[in-house]
Amino acid sequence: MLEIINDYWVYFLIGQYPNGPLGELVLTLLLASCGLVLALPLGIVLGLARVSPWRWLRWPVTGLVFVVRGLPLLMVIFWAYFFLPSVTGVKTDQFTTMLIALVIFDAAYLAEIVRAGIQGLPRGQMETARALGLGYGRAMRLVVLPQALRSMLPSLVNQFVSTIKETSLGYIIGLAEVSFIATQINTQVFTKPAQIYLILGGTYFILCFGLSRFAYWLERRLARRGMSAADPISVPKVSA
Amino acid sequence: MPLFDYSLLLTGKYHDMLVAGLLLSLQLLAASLVLALPIALVVALLRLSPLAPLRWLGFAYVEAIRNIPLLAHMLFWYFGAPELLPEGIKQWLYAGHIEAYSAIIALALYTAAFMAEDIRSGIRAIPTVQFEAGRALGFGFLGTMRRVILPQALRVTVPPLISQTLSLWKNTSIATVIGVAELMYQAGQVESATFRSFESFAFASAAYLTVSLAITGLATWYHHRFPVRTI
Repeated sequence: MLEIINDYWVYFLIGQYPNGPLGELVLTLLLASCGLVLALPLGIVLGLARVSPWRWLRWPVTGLVFVVRGLPLLMVIFWAYFFLPSVTGVKTDQFTTMLIALVIFDAAYLAEIVRAGIQGLPRGQMETARALGLGYGRAMRLVVLPQALRSMLPSLVNQFVSTIKETSLGYIIGLAEVSFIATQINTQVFTKPAQIYLILGGTYFILCFGLSRFAYWLERRLARRGMSAADPISVPKVSA
Repeated sequence: MPLFDYSLLLTGKYHDMLVAGLLLSLQLLAASLVLALPIALVVALLRLSPLAPLRWLGFAYVEAIRNIPLLAHMLFWYFGAPELLPEGIKQWLYAGHIEAYSAIIALALYTAAFMAEDIRSGIRAIPTVQFEAGRALGFGFLGTMRRVILPQALRVTVPPLISQTLSLWKNTSIATVIGVAELMYQAGQVESATFRSFESFAFASAAYLTVSLAITGLATWYHHRFPVRTI
């Protein structure tokens, strides 16, 4: 196992870069980060639409979220890969295709996180803001969202972990991310598949376990400060 | 050539391929679910056990499985694991449907890790005095679990387990990467044979969506039928 790591670790980390396309673990991380960063604003918009008081906005978005959440990510990737180019006439590369699929997919899940974050806040927050004379939009933006986003932080980190795991599906459209390259190394070495896939699993594990522990720590920390949405009756302590 | 060719989906060879794929996907779902539930229960009990080494074992299982993508699990069980077996068993495995077995093992182990956490938090939602009362009545650890805790915990646990089943259903699609001829794979095959990508993917999407919505419906029904009791 050690000799495989010794022979291939550079390839495993960055692919053929500088002599060829950037790939591998770095690509996995880049894709996951871009995916989450782009999906977040879309997720917030969809989440707001899910809790909005207007039916004409709430119902179609609820339908969309249900459809995307009911489909496997692989199906979304297939649509992005085969269907999008034929409709738009633009042939996107694998990275962009994967990114589009991830953003659509994650936005639907983030919408639910945002909705839970908003609904987890005490109703009085919204009512107070409206009573102070703020409109719906301003009350949402200035009072409700900042608190909701804060209590969502651990869920966001967990969503990042899921996104890292999801990028592995780029394998199927031939995106040179870490699972794909592990398979290529496997065909070169040929005799040690178990070891190679254990290294692959170990790589994901180190990344994701570290991040999920971070989310756990964050959750405990926010809960201690009484800012967790899981505890709806908590109010900020006023020092006497 | 019509814009959307229904006949392709309703009759003939390609219809049969897609339906066979759907049936295989459902079989994968059933087989992995049947395997995953007992594993999940055992792991959940390990995580709650009074003995520290057993607790660690449960924790290691859950974290090791959950933090690695299902794709990597599948690749390992398909390409890696059979190579480690003795020659005789290997021959026998390669003669059969090894890809389907690998997929079921990967799916069951993966889902079990998530279900174990749901069962564990269901059990933890039961007040500790219930457990103490069971012990005081003279039941052992397992006896208390089986007769006192689990019947109550299941009410809270079933809804998250149903949503894990939904994830499992969507995850069966990943079996396509190791060449299991399930719905996603057959949709790809039909697409490459006919170049009618819209029709074949529409069929697959509709099939996935129908089963997903059925599972969601089941969860809603359960929620109404057995509302969570507050003590």
